[in-house]
Amino acid sequence: MKSLPSTGEKQRLLPKHFVAVVALLLILLLISVLMSLAFGSRTIGLGGLMDGLFHPSVESHEASVVRQRIARTVFGLICGAALGVSGALMQSVTRNPIADPSILGVNTGASLFVVCGIAFFSISSPSEYIWLAIIGAMLTAIFVFGIGSMGASGATPLKLVLAGAATTAILSSLVTAIQIPRMNVMDQFRFWQVGSVGSASWESVQIFIPFLVVGLVIALFVAPALNALALGDEVATGLGVRTGVVRIFAAFAGVLLCGAATALAGPIGFIGLLATHVIRLVIGPDVRFLMPLAALCGAIILVISDVVGRFLGSPGELEVGILTAFIGAPILILITMKAKMKSI
Amino acid sequence: MINETMNAIIKARKSRQRRYIFVTVLLAVITIALACAMMMLGNTIYPVRDVVRVLFGETVPGASFAINEIRLPRTVAGLFAGFAFGAGGYIFQTMLRNPLANPNVIGITTGSSAAAVFCIIILHTSSTVVSLAAVIGGLVTVAIIYGLSKGSSFSIGRLILIGIGIQAMLNAFISYLMLIGKTSDLPTALRWLSGSLNGAELEMTFPLIVAVIIATPILIYFAKHLEMLELGEQAATSLGVNTNQTRAILMICAVIVIALATATTGPIAFVAFLAGPIAQRLVGVGFSNIVPAGLIGIILVLGGDLIGQFAFETRYPVGVITGIIGAPYLIYLLIRINRKGDI
Repeated sequence: MKSLPSTGEKQRLLPKHFVAVVALLLILLLISVLMSLAFGSRTIGLGGLMDGLFHPSVESHEASVVRQRIARTVFGLICGAALGVSGALMQSVTRNPIADPSILGVNTGASLFVVCGIAFFSISSPSEYIWLAIIGAMLTAIFVFGIGSMGASGATPLKLVLAGAATTAILSSLVTAIQIPRMNVMDQFRFWQVGSVGSASWESVQIFIPFLVVGLVIALFVAPALNALALGDEVATGLGVRTGVVRIFAAFAGVLLCGAATALAGPIGFIGLLATHVIRLVIGPDVRFLMPLAALCGAIILVISDVVGRFLGSPGELEVGILTAFIGAPILILITMKAKMKSI
Repeated sequence: MINETMNAIIKARKSRQRRYIFVTVLLAVITIALACAMMMLGNTIYPVRDVVRVLFGETVPGASFAINEIRLPRTVAGLFAGFAFGAGGYIFQTMLRNPLANPNVIGITTGSSAAAVFCIIILHTSSTVVSLAAVIGGLVTVAIIYGLSKGSSFSIGRLILIGIGIQAMLNAFISYLMLIGKTSDLPTALRWLSGSLNGAELEMTFPLIVAVIIATPILIYFAKHLEMLELGEQAATSLGVNTNQTRAILMICAVIVIALATATTGPIAFVAFLAGPIAQRLVGVGFSNIVPAGLIGIILVLGGDLIGQFAFETRYPVGVITGIIGAPYLIYLLIRINRKGDI
């Protein structure tokens, strides 16, 4: 409520602190990117970092390590941004503070379809199974939301979370059941149980970009209408918003973004939840500003989690999905503790 | 007139009692049949006669090793873990008056798992310490979830949501432990993720056996109070039940048996969730269903394990089978609850 201008105050174009927040996020983004390039099983000094980034002619070992880390970092950035926006979209569409692809089971749906594609239809290239992931994500989203919104009180957070948890339980049992007999085939695809950006390459970035662009463009177009939707369906209709169309487009974009991210990186949870709530706390509920900042924040969270995972898991790596669950789940608990009884 | 009513009530009570006894005996027979099947079936099928001879200490070439070393531990672990999950889950569901409030959904088994995996991978402790840690992990998880969900006023919905959040964190912690663990420890630790009777050892099952034997009479004794709790807190208090004490004793006993079962077989998915409602369906309300719920727990575990071992070309751990069977029931239950409009 803070961001709504009180009477007498001049109407603001931008939310309070908007410029400062953007500046802060950009600085954090820069720091996280540099950390992601420099740290790992081998730490690179500033000189090597500069060589790798800006002097393509230098052929040192350090420079080539940095160049290898660029693809992974870029992929982490766009993956985090996609998940951040996806979370913001899903929360707006369901008008529900704890909607997140991982909590709703959408990630697991995408995983199951990809694993089926690999096991039964010998699909092996990411550009093919990204479609499977998106179809799986969509079907799961429809299923979970269908169950969660039954009954008089509509889709309450508790109903949605339970429907998501039950669906996740079935889907992950099925994923395990498909994987066990094919351990040797599946070993390289183990990251579908825990999300990771470790194996990302320029190819993954290339495949991801079109989906990211389509998803973000739709998100930008529906953002003003989502603001109206937050006031309730009647008010939104009164303001001339076609609520059904807006919901379908926003949900489509949300599922597209998280489905594509899951296809390429595996299920990375809680980023949408974390990013959206942090940003909403700072700049308020206006979806038009919330969306781009949630993208920035999601990107930062994912890249930093990835870097921290390299330290905690050394000499190997701790998958980023483990870390995001560990820092994201407390947010779910906090929201639940703060929520009024009725709204649960 | 009064006599007629009394007679009708007594008659109905008698018929419920008959049904209770009939169902319990039937479940016991199925349990014994499944246990026999567990002992007889395997790579080689041994007749009942051989199994009995081996159990009485005779040496039968071939059969002795397979039965004593592999099938007996597996069956015993399944029997006691199944009973613990079924009875413990039933206690939770009845006490919180909500079928969704069970150890699987609110993350108590995950707490036990996390503690057990930590002991195995990081501390390399003996199996007794692992069991103890699993119990402490389960109790601490209950305390944390309950404490966080108390707030201004208690609600089951909040308890479940917070449980799911805690569960996500504990699962992340388990994944982290598995990653930094040595590969040689992983097969043991993997069991703690999906639940399996593979590699069960009698020595590991011992604490569970003792706990189940001690806890079951306590649970049955306090179950009378539980029946009154089902009428609602105030009604129970006016009937002379110390509700807080009853709750605490039942909760601790249930957590201990469930935690020890988890330490032995891992969190076998959905057994604690399914057993209670099935028992209620078969026996009907009005009687304490601890024993039927425990027997159904055994049937689910042993039946699931037999299906997992022999129904497919690949051997699946029992947790995968009960997960695939149990989760659709959870969804069905959610649909029914949502239609009625309250959780």
